[in-house]
Amino acid sequence: MKQLPFLVLGVLFGVVMVKSEAMSWYRIQEMFRFHSFHMYGIIGVAVTLGTAGVYLIKRLGLRDYRANPIVFYPKEKSVFRYVLGGTLFGLGWALSGACPGPVVVNIGYGYLSFLIVFAFALLGTFVYGLIKNYLPH
Amino acid sequence: MNWLYQPWPWWLSGALIAAIMLLLVYFGRSFGFSSNLRTLCAMAGAGRHVKFFDFDWKSQIWNLMFMAGALVGGFIAAQFLTKDPAVALSPATVSELKAYGFSAPSAMQPAELFSWQAVASGTFWLLALGGFLVGFGARYAGGCTSGHAISGLSNLQWPSLLAVVGFFIGGLLMTHVFFAWIFK
Repeated sequence: MKQLPFLVLGVLFGVVMVKSEAMSWYRIQEMFRFHSFHMYGIIGVAVTLGTAGVYLIKRLGLRDYRANPIVFYPKEKSVFRYVLGGTLFGLGWALSGACPGPVVVNIGYGYLSFLIVFAFALLGTFVYGLIKNYLPH
Repeated sequence: MNWLYQPWPWWLSGALIAAIMLLLVYFGRSFGFSSNLRTLCAMAGAGRHVKFFDFDWKSQIWNLMFMAGALVGGFIAAQFLTKDPAVALSPATVSELKAYGFSAPSAMQPAELFSWQAVASGTFWLLALGGFLVGFGARYAGGCTSGHAISGLSNLQWPSLLAVVGFFIGGLLMTHVFFAWIFK
């Protein structure tokens, strides 16, 4: 039962990805061609409200549902891994038209060919783990 | 209630995504979807051979539940909340995609890429390549759109901004350079 909130939030996430059409390959193409404000609006509002929320949590010292202090962990400092890894990710994002969340939402929607994308995303994750010590970070 | 069946406006969708991220924080977790791929590798026993996957994956069950929810959410929205799934794509994109052999949208996704007929006639390898790059790149960069663009930027993390810049370098390269080679 203690996992229920995460299931519910996941359902909401899936519904939002469909109803915002952020799960659509077409919308991702439109974004990378700068033909519509739609995707930028979605991400822009999410980040603006998210930044305000995180700021308030820190400023007011808010606590989580168990009354534990909320801590945010800073990302590890580096340049190379973020730009290069991000670029590889972006190449895949524009080709398949979906980042990991929407891949799963597409499968639920009924686009079962996204199972191929998902399977190879798992393979990509595995290969990264296999060779990460040989990669520049 | 008719609005429910229409595509939702960007501001509502963006606000709901922020709410999901902040509620995950309230429940003591953080929004980062691609970690699930690592967790699934660990569950399958990859940790016996590769140290990167040797961690207590049971601590990540909450995120697997979120992923299961996303699957259900996609199903619910498709079955009960969508009347006309054809994406109202901007005419400029429609006309540019036409040059690559894509007709105007009649559904959420192009049949030219995702129908089984297309998959059988070769797009299998495009979906495979796209998926591989997404999985590999997300772990290399330490996160995907949710972990970096939403969670990371909201916490004003420089590394996340670098990652998002990378996402766009890759996305623009694929769209404006490689598409001409791939979709001839």
